[in-house]
Amino acid sequence: MSTQTPPAEQVGTESDDSHSLVRSKARYGDALFSGISSGSALMIFVILAAVATFLTSQALPAMTSEPDHTGLSEVSALGGFWQWALPLAFGTVWSAVLAMLMAVPLAVGIALYLSHYAPRRVARIFGYLIDLLAAVPSVVFGLWGLMVLAPTLHPFYKWLNETMSWFPLFNAWQAREDGELRPVLAVGGQNMLTAAMVLALMITPIITALSREVFLQTPLLHEEASLALGATRWEMVKQAVLPFSRPGIISACMLGLGRALGETMAVAMILPGKVLVTFKLLTYNNPNTIAAYIAQNFPESEGFGKMQLIAAGLILFIITLVVNMIARGIIASRREFSGAN
Amino acid sequence: MTNTESTPRHAAGGSKRPADSITGGQLPKHSWLLILALGWGIAAGILSVTDVFSIGGTAVLGMVLFFVLHYVASFAVEGRRRAADRLSRSVVTTFFLVALLPLGSLVWEVVSRGVARLDVAFFTETEAKTHIAGAQLGAAHALMGTLQSTAIAFLISVPIGLFTAIYLVEYGARTKLAAGIRFLVDVMTGIPSIVAGLFAYSLFSMIFGPGSAYTRTAFAGAIALTVLMIPTVVRSTEEMLKLVPNELREASYALGVPKWRTIVKVVLPTSLAGIVTGVILGIARIIGETAPLLVTAGYFQLTNPNPFSGTTATLPVMVYQSLRTIGPTAEQLHALGWAGALTLIIIVMGLNLIGRLIAWKFAPKTGR
Repeated sequence: MSTQTPPAEQVGTESDDSHSLVRSKARYGDALFSGISSGSALMIFVILAAVATFLTSQALPAMTSEPDHTGLSEVSALGGFWQWALPLAFGTVWSAVLAMLMAVPLAVGIALYLSHYAPRRVARIFGYLIDLLAAVPSVVFGLWGLMVLAPTLHPFYKWLNETMSWFPLFNAWQAREDGELRPVLAVGGQNMLTAAMVLALMITPIITALSREVFLQTPLLHEEASLALGATRWEMVKQAVLPFSRPGIISACMLGLGRALGETMAVAMILPGKVLVTFKLLTYNNPNTIAAYIAQNFPESEGFGKMQLIAAGLILFIITLVVNMIARGIIASRREFSGAN
Repeated sequence: MTNTESTPRHAAGGSKRPADSITGGQLPKHSWLLILALGWGIAAGILSVTDVFSIGGTAVLGMVLFFVLHYVASFAVEGRRRAADRLSRSVVTTFFLVALLPLGSLVWEVVSRGVARLDVAFFTETEAKTHIAGAQLGAAHALMGTLQSTAIAFLISVPIGLFTAIYLVEYGARTKLAAGIRFLVDVMTGIPSIVAGLFAYSLFSMIFGPGSAYTRTAFAGAIALTVLMIPTVVRSTEEMLKLVPNELREASYALGVPKWRTIVKVVLPTSLAGIVTGVILGIARIIGETAPLLVTAGYFQLTNPNPFSGTTATLPVMVYQSLRTIGPTAEQLHALGWAGALTLIIIVMGLNLIGRLIAWKFAPKTGR
C-alpha cells in the first residue's frame, strides 16, 4: 500500500482535491464499474435462462396434451405431437447431413488451398472473398437457390433420374395404378438435393475459415522437417498438417453442422416440404425441416398452433445445443492435450 | 518453404537439369494446361457422340478426365508420389474454384435483376398501393423497420456485450464464474436464429397476451436480434481486450490510476479499432436476419413509425414476402424483392468492408 500512496497523492494534487477524497472517489468508481461489468456478465446467464424458461413454458402444453382442433391441422391429422415432430426432426438432421457431406470435403479443400497451396497474395484476397460468402444473408441465398440454382439443375436431375435410378436416393420413379413407372420429379428442381446444396454453400465459408485458422497454426518446424526428409507437399500435408489439425477440423465441422441444423430461410424458400420420412432426393415428396416449417407456418397459425411450433423450436434448440456442446468439448480437450503453444 | 525447395536434394532430382534427365524427369512446366484441354476435348467428344451434350456436363466430366490423365501422365514420368502430389494440388484448386462459381453467379444474378428497381421510388414509396395496377412500389417501410429494429438491438447489445467482455478480461479473468459465462456465450453463439425469434415471441406474448398489438413489434424483433448480436460483440471485444499488453495496465496502476479509469482511459482506447470492427461485423450479421423478424416483427405494407406497437416490415422479410406473392402484381413485387436483396448485399458487404478497413488500418503491428 505504501508504495502506491505517493503517485495517488500526485494525481490528487493535480486535481486539487484532498488526499482522502480522491481515494474514496476511486473506490466508488471502481465498485460501480465492476458492478456494471459483473451485472452484464450475469445478464448473459439471465438471457439464456429466460430463453430456456420461456420456450419450455410455451412448449410444454403442446408437447404433453392431446392435439385438438385449435392446434395445427397437420398435428391432429398425424395423430399426435411426436408423430408430427419426429419426422420434422428427421428432415432437419437429414438435410444437415447431406449438406455436410458436400460441404466438408469442399471446405477442407479450400482451406488447404488457401493455407498451403495458394500464393500468399491470392490466399489473402480470396480468403476475404470466402468470408464475404459467409456474410451473404440467408434470404438472398434462398432467393438465388429458388430462382436461379433450382431451375438450372432441373435438367441435371432429369438425367440423374434416368441414368442413375439404380441408386436408391436418386430414384424418382413411381408405379401408377396400371403398373407403369412414371417419374415424380420435383417441379423446377425444388427438391431436397437443391436445398442441401444451398445449405452446403452457406456452411462452407464457416468451416473454411475455422479450418484455415487451424491449418495455419501447424508448427512450421513440423512442416519443414517433413519437407526436409524429402516429402512432397501432399505428403507433408498428410504427415504434419492433417494430424495436427484433426480435432480443429472436427470441431469446425460440428459448428458448421450446428449452423446447418438451424438454417431457416434458404430451406423454407427452396423446399416445399411435407411432414414425412424419406431418403429420396429428387421426388416432389420432401421431408421438411423444423426451422423451415416454423417459418412457413408461424405467421398464419393461431394460439395453440403457435405453441406447437414453439415446441418444435425447443426440440431444434436442444439438437443444436447438443451438437455445439460436443464441438466445444472437442476444442477444450484439444487445448489440454496438444503440445502447441 | 522456399528454403526447403531449393535444397540440394530437390535440385538434383528436379528442374535444375531438365535437358539431360531421362529417369528423374518431370512433366514439362505447363503440360497440365495441355492435359486440361485434352480432358475437356475428350469429354465434349464423348458427350456429343452419346447425344447428351451440355456445357455443365462437359466441364464436370472434363475435370474428372483431367484428374485421371494428369495422374497417369505424372505417374508414368515422375512416379507415384509426385503423381499423388499433383493430384492433390489440382483437386484442392478445383474445390476452391468450385466455391467461387456460386458466389459469382449469386452476385451477378442479384445485381442484374435488382439494379432495375433500385431507383428513387424504392427509397420513398411503400407497398401501400399494391392493389392499384401500375402504381409505384417501394421499400421505404421495410428500410424504416430494419433501421428501427437494428438500432434498438445495437443500443441494447453493445453495452451488455462490452461490459461482459470487460468483466471476462479485467475482473473475472480466471474465476469459475468467468469460465461459466464464456461457456454460456458459446452456447448463445449456437442458438439458431429462429429459436431466438421464438424466444422473443414467447416473452412478449406471455407479458402482453398472444393477440395484443404490443406482442409482435419491431421492439420484439430487436430483442430477438439482441440475443444473436451479444455473443458476437462479447467474443470479438474479449479477443481485442486480451491483446492489450499487460505492461500498459501496470504502468497505469503504477501511476495510481484506479482500475476503472485504467480500463476507460488505457485499455479501451488501445483496443478501440478492434472493438468497433467487432460491433460492425455484429451489425452485419443481424441486419440480414430474416427468420427471427418473420416470427416477431411480422409484416406490414405501410410504414410503422412506432417500434413498440404493431407489426413492422423489415427488408429481409420484405424480400421473402414479395417472393411468395402470386397474382397480377407478382412481377412488380418480385422486382422489388430482387432490389431488396441487392440492397441487403450492398449493406452487408459495405459493413464488412468498413469493419475490415478499420481493423486493417488501426491493427497493432504483428509479425505477419
